[in-house]
Amino acid sequence: MTLLLVALGAAVGAPLRYLTDRAVQARHSSGFPWGTFTVNIAGSLLLGFLLGLPVAPWLAALLGTGFCGALTTYSTFSLEILRLARGGERFLAAAYAIGSVLAGLGAAMVGVLIAQAV
Amino acid sequence: MREDPDLPVLAAISAGGVVGALARYGISTAWPHDPPAFNWAIWTVNVTGCLLIGVLMVLISRFWPEQRLIRPFWGVGVLGGYTTFSTATVDVLHTAPATALLYLTATLIGAILAVWAGTVLAEAVVRR
Repeated sequence: MTLLLVALGAAVGAPLRYLTDRAVQARHSSGFPWGTFTVNIAGSLLLGFLLGLPVAPWLAALLGTGFCGALTTYSTFSLEILRLARGGERFLAAAYAIGSVLAGLGAAMVGVLIAQAV
Repeated sequence: MREDPDLPVLAAISAGGVVGALARYGISTAWPHDPPAFNWAIWTVNVTGCLLIGVLMVLISRFWPEQRLIRPFWGVGVLGGYTTFSTATVDVLHTAPATALLYLTATLIGAILAVWAGTVLAEAVVRR
């Protein structure tokens, strides 16, 4: 049953990551990977919120492990850092790496705080 | 801009995402962690996923540049669904402060080194 919930969440989360990335990347021309940044920060906020409530195990499997897990990505994130660095954009690569980690942490904390407030 | 959802691509990403997420779930279930401690399962998932995406991108550009669904399924889907940024971030909040800093740094550095190693190794093998 848990497997099915994780699968269901991921089946929605992964394509939503792709669609968000495309929509965001089509709307700016900077070299900064705002698309992946957006899904990673949004997913951290939502997961922080879910674990702050906290929710029932089945909902954590569906929305946490499945949806948030597949919505966010470390593989594309690291690939983008490497591409920026190899393309000579070392400052942008470092700003993207550190900025994402710090913004993700901030978003997760905000998610927990919102959960505690409701 | 008008979005034109490409159904085969979206279906490949969705199916790949399910495979990747189930693999991550399987590993984290088989290798449980107590929240204040270092989450080795998720660290391993993220670092191996980054190594594999480095290898995959080199293989795709060398052998299958025309294959439209390989990158959506394996890259965006399987490896994207396998690795997770949200769990790696939220884990930090549930970890003892010194371990949290170590986990945060070890995940970021490990991921960057892994994607670099995967890319460089695959490029070296492909060039032979």
